[in-house]
Amino acid sequence: MKDNNEISKIKKLAKQIRINILKMSLVAGASSSHFGGALSTVEILATLYNSVLKFDVKKPLWNERDRFILSKGHGCLGFYSVLCEMGYFNKEDLNLFEKNGSFLLGHPVINKKKGIEFSNGSLGMGLSLAVGVAIAGKKNKKNYKVFVLIGDGECNEGSIWEAAMSAAHFKLNNLTAIIDNNSLQQTGSNEEIMSTKNLPEKWKSFNWDVKKIDGHNVEHILNSLKSTSERPKLIVAKTIKGKGFNFSENNNDWHHKIMSKTQYEEALLELENGK
Amino acid sequence: MENKFINQSSLKIWSRLGMRATFGMVALELGNTSKNLMVLTGDVSTSAGLDRFKKKFPDKYLDVGIAEQNMIGIGAGLASEGFDVFTTTFAPFQTTRCCEQIKVNLGYMKQKICMVGLASGLVLGTLGYTHCCIEDLGILRSIPNLTIISPADSGETVKSVLASLKNKNSVYIRLTGGANNDQIYKEDYDFEIGKSITLQEGRDIAIFATGTMVKVALDCSNILKKKDILAEVINMHTIKPIDVEKINKCANKFKMIASIEEHNIVGGLGSAIAERLSIIKNSPEQVFFGINDTYSDGGEYNFLKEKFNLTADAIAKKIITKFNN
Repeated sequence: MKDNNEISKIKKLAKQIRINILKMSLVAGASSSHFGGALSTVEILATLYNSVLKFDVKKPLWNERDRFILSKGHGCLGFYSVLCEMGYFNKEDLNLFEKNGSFLLGHPVINKKKGIEFSNGSLGMGLSLAVGVAIAGKKNKKNYKVFVLIGDGECNEGSIWEAAMSAAHFKLNNLTAIIDNNSLQQTGSNEEIMSTKNLPEKWKSFNWDVKKIDGHNVEHILNSLKSTSERPKLIVAKTIKGKGFNFSENNNDWHHKIMSKTQYEEALLELENGK
Repeated sequence: MENKFINQSSLKIWSRLGMRATFGMVALELGNTSKNLMVLTGDVSTSAGLDRFKKKFPDKYLDVGIAEQNMIGIGAGLASEGFDVFTTTFAPFQTTRCCEQIKVNLGYMKQKICMVGLASGLVLGTLGYTHCCIEDLGILRSIPNLTIISPADSGETVKSVLASLKNKNSVYIRLTGGANNDQIYKEDYDFEIGKSITLQEGRDIAIFATGTMVKVALDCSNILKKKDILAEVINMHTIKPIDVEKINKCANKFKMIASIEEHNIVGGLGSAIAERLSIIKNSPEQVFFGINDTYSDGGEYNFLKEKFNLTADAIAKKIITKFNN
């Protein structure tokens, strides 16, 4: 049984991340934001940053820090929110989301001092970077671990499978990939657009240590992230796109959409009522 | 290392080996001196001259299999952790296959690696245009924060590799020609990225050439001399950043400028020069020599060079006609 305090702390953080996501989505205004695919990652990010990743906000370039890469870069609303909660930047900075000249664009731009290891947004590329960083860790005899969050739609990209093959080949037991398996991609379900059936089996056959979990169950996430393995580890996290709000859950209209003030207030109320 | 490593006899040996094997020789040397070196390949270690390197420095060598997009990503990941990374594969797979990875990881994100494009241009013509590479300069030139070098001979390949290590940006080193390539430099010389080398002063026209075409330009100038046309021959080893100063000088001095490259006439050296000339008032006429925006029938290297008029005779003939009109 996990420490109840830890679990409730993660849940509290997850709630705060959702509040930040709502704010940024509203701030984005007419330029719109990738809302649904950020909400499905919230519990994963909250658990990672609260309980798993080693980092020091005061020393962002600390060599032993664990490296986190958001390969599904469009999910940056969740990522920026958790970085803000960790103290990498101020609450006011969230108002800069997608503004002219801002460091918080609609896809992450490399900014190590702010906790952003790489630029992402072009899908299918984060896992290769993670493989490189994981190999470097071994060569440099560092103990850091590498975590990379990828989308299930992103697994349509061939480069993901090139990287998956190489991670197992190079025996990268310091690498964990998490698939945000919300079953929806930009214009439809995985099944309609490009079937990702049997994702766990596919990765198992690539010789990864695969865990399948409920991606919103904090205890599941924590256990799977903390388990050790001699091989690269994949966590297939079954999630709900748009998780947290009645109007957005499993509603793919919210893949990339403008948030109205009314929707914002409605959503905030829903959060406060503790759904 | 440079002074000890580069001498008259090594330059001669390298020219017999060709640029690819020479890359392997310089990698071997770097293996001894560079602590953070990582040489990556995509199942082409032999073609990249790396057989000895991989035996001698297994810890500094990584074969990622036939997966070039992954190679650039892994290279960028290693670079971000402080490694000096070289990636090696045949030019089309080193460039066009992984264009997006080059753009985002090296251009946009500025992770610094050195890409070595093997057998670019027409040398693999018998294998068809899947293996020839006449597009790499044009495509890569449009990506910010990249440096592009096309060495004139094996010795300059060594110079390029060493200079690339010190360069701030990622570098693409475009290797052209086969084994037994013509030796342009018989002894050590000063090489600086972005600064062209005038091999021969001229009076009437300027010929800019890159890669294996530098030798063709020199031969061409000898033919022109017999017709009393004195050509300045410039080794444009760096395609990006292009040597603007030299182009400006030539625009003022000569009434005709020729560009010679083993590349499509769209997007390569000629285009880079034309972009500059076009903003100079009353700039001289430019004559482009290269592949005329087409995929031809395949064939041997010399067959293809003749087909595209990339020989000293054919180029001289056209220049003489143009110059006298």
